[in-house]
Amino acid sequence: MNGVPLSWYLVLSAILFSLGVAGFLFRRNIITIFMSIELMLNAVNLTFIAFSYDLRQVNGHIFTFFVMVVAAAEAAVGLAIILTVYKNRGTLNADDVNSLRF
Amino acid sequence: MTPFYTATDHLVLLPAIMLAFFGCAILLLDHWAPDIMALFRAANPKDRKWLLPVFVLPGIAFTAYTLWRQQSYLAASGATDIQAFQGSLVIDGFSLFFNWIFLIASLIVAIVSYRYLDIEGEHHGEYYGLILLANSGMFFLAAGSDLVTLFIGLELMALCFYVMVGFLRGDRRSNEAAMKYLILGAFSSGFLLYGFSILYGIGGSTKLAAISEAMAARELDDPVLWLALITTAVGLLFKISAAPFHMWAPDAYEGAPTTVTAYLSVASKAASFAFLLRIFLGPFAASREVWEPILAAIAVLTMTVGNFAAISQTNVKRLLAYSSISHAGYMLLGLVAGNETGLQGISVYILVYTFMNLGAFLVIVALRRGNLIGDEIEDLAGLMRRSPGMAMLMLVFLVSLAGIPPTAGFLGKFYIFLALIETGHYVLAVIATLYVAVAIYYYFRMVRTMFLDPSAEQEPLAGSFGLRLAGVSAGVLTLAIGDYPEPFLRLAQTSILR
Amino acid sequence: MLDTVFFYLFTLLTLGGAILTVATRNAVHSALFLITSLLGVAGLYLLLHAEFLFAVQIIVYVGGIMVLFLFVIMLVNLDAAAAQRQFSRMWPVALGCVALVGLELFYFLGKGEPAFRIAAPPPVPEPTAGNTERIADVLFSQYLLPFEIASLLLLVAVIGSVVMAKKRI
Repeated sequence: MNGVPLSWYLVLSAILFSLGVAGFLFRRNIITIFMSIELMLNAVNLTFIAFSYDLRQVNGHIFTFFVMVVAAAEAAVGLAIILTVYKNRGTLNADDVNSLRF
Repeated sequence: MTPFYTATDHLVLLPAIMLAFFGCAILLLDHWAPDIMALFRAANPKDRKWLLPVFVLPGIAFTAYTLWRQQSYLAASGATDIQAFQGSLVIDGFSLFFNWIFLIASLIVAIVSYRYLDIEGEHHGEYYGLILLANSGMFFLAAGSDLVTLFIGLELMALCFYVMVGFLRGDRRSNEAAMKYLILGAFSSGFLLYGFSILYGIGGSTKLAAISEAMAARELDDPVLWLALITTAVGLLFKISAAPFHMWAPDAYEGAPTTVTAYLSVASKAASFAFLLRIFLGPFAASREVWEPILAAIAVLTMTVGNFAAISQTNVKRLLAYSSISHAGYMLLGLVAGNETGLQGISVYILVYTFMNLGAFLVIVALRRGNLIGDEIEDLAGLMRRSPGMAMLMLVFLVSLAGIPPTAGFLGKFYIFLALIETGHYVLAVIATLYVAVAIYYYFRMVRTMFLDPSAEQEPLAGSFGLRLAGVSAGVLTLAIGDYPEPFLRLAQTSILR
Repeated sequence: MLDTVFFYLFTLLTLGGAILTVATRNAVHSALFLITSLLGVAGLYLLLHAEFLFAVQIIVYVGGIMVLFLFVIMLVNLDAAAAQRQFSRMWPVALGCVALVGLELFYFLGKGEPAFRIAAPPPVPEPTAGNTERIADVLFSQYLLPFEIASLLLLVAVIGSVVMAKKRI
């Protein structure tokens, strides 16, 4: 049996999620922002698996599986869009990509 | 072992199958279009431009037929809903109502796009394929009753929209809009998923019904319940562009091709709202006391931001983006009221909003010509003299968006106000009414430009046949719903989620 | 006991990687630290008896998605980007937001610790079938529909990337 209680995993995942949010808000490079989103998704996956373990189910595993599928699809489209932006503009700094007003 | 693909499953899934099938078929057809045109002895290869939208029509027609079959099956069975895929999908009045709206929006957008995209030089089969695939994603959002199905449906829709927003690949604004939309969309999905993971932990299942039961069994001051509620709500409010989470909407709306903006503002918003209602009236129904004041505050903030930011805009697409944010605030108020009138009011509002907002964007689409993008307010100048028909249509849509009586927009707002008064939210009703006055100001600034300002351009607009047809239909419906509301109200009555 | 040791080890890997991902200036380094963090998470999956996802995490996330990231980082000119401002000018606002999110999560998790005994864990004996087998069973019966929708999702991703990245379509 596992000696580590569920709440430790949940707290770990909460820290990981907050770090992802921090990266999203602090960083200015689009690619790094995207990586921060991957961190958030990983925190979510960890929560799912921890709950799944606690509940003796595999449903959470399957949700995680789908989150990974979506993350892969989003990364593919997102990076293609990022390349297009770079081709047209030559920068990936979020401060410079601002021809639309805020 | 339970049989996992029954006849009921098939019946319930058919509309999505049709949409996905025709979405893929159009991609192939795009490849073979020149050969098909040769078959019809069309000398001009440019004729291909009408072939693609025409091929969308059977897709929509078949889907409509399957939806109609579901409707008659539901009516014949006498039950309130039909479950399929072991409770992953559910067909009820709610899902059917929303699916009809998505389908109508797809139809209108598909038939108006070809001239616009041709001018932009980006008329490709992928565009139509993505419209139908996005629509199949929306189907799962309206009909899903399982967190996994809802999530995958949401991402299917969102992914199609990210690509469609960035469809003008050579245009900087379009690229940028796609990027911002994608980044913020993925960020909000992260929050939504965090909420879902907690919901899964609470319910021990991904089915909405099981989660609802587990949530109802919890105390209202249970911190875990709050955590699930807040993170899920943040994700959902992002998707409907409610106020502190609205910043993606103006950028995405302005940068996207105008036809996509029309689709995004109507179908995506309706689908996200269906999703929000499924969650708030399902798992969160028992904790209404907790979220009602929060949502009320967010609704007021949304209307404030939307209306006041709209005043200072000079770009029509951006202005309509802010106005659509404020409309989301009104719709949320219906959920805050939460009684039968309020929920019916949301359905009526979404129905009405579909026609009037699509219509307003169609006129902007018609303004696009050779070197004029046509999305600044000055571009509307003198429209009355240049093409009176379009100007009158725009007048109808703007009057309706402002919510003035003979048109449909009034009906939507009226039901929301009525629900607020019935449930004793007098302050909210007064605030909502005051914002109508603000809205009248900025809509009528556009009307004044259209009717009074002299225009530099003299040429009449050259809208395509599909565009004129869609514009006139949307205009007629906007007036019809306002003047003969009974059939539409009855339709909305059936859509209440119980 | 050994579990706890491994938990701390993988936690260190995960959080250390995550902090450095967010904090380093160079995007390539960020990506490499993110890989470290993902490997740490994979280790935690193993502790939680999710062997299948442990493999998927490494093959798909580290082997697929992160390599894609690294390719894109190589394709865009990073020397110019590295010289630019890496952190938002509005960092106090951002810090406030993060603190808010962090506090929210911790407040509720801390207060909710006893509440997290969700339903008493069912006294199911450890199943005889392996993890992968059980996932397959559930995935292809109960979650058949989302699985099929995921195929559409991947199709859209393919179309989308081609539309976005190809010069002429």
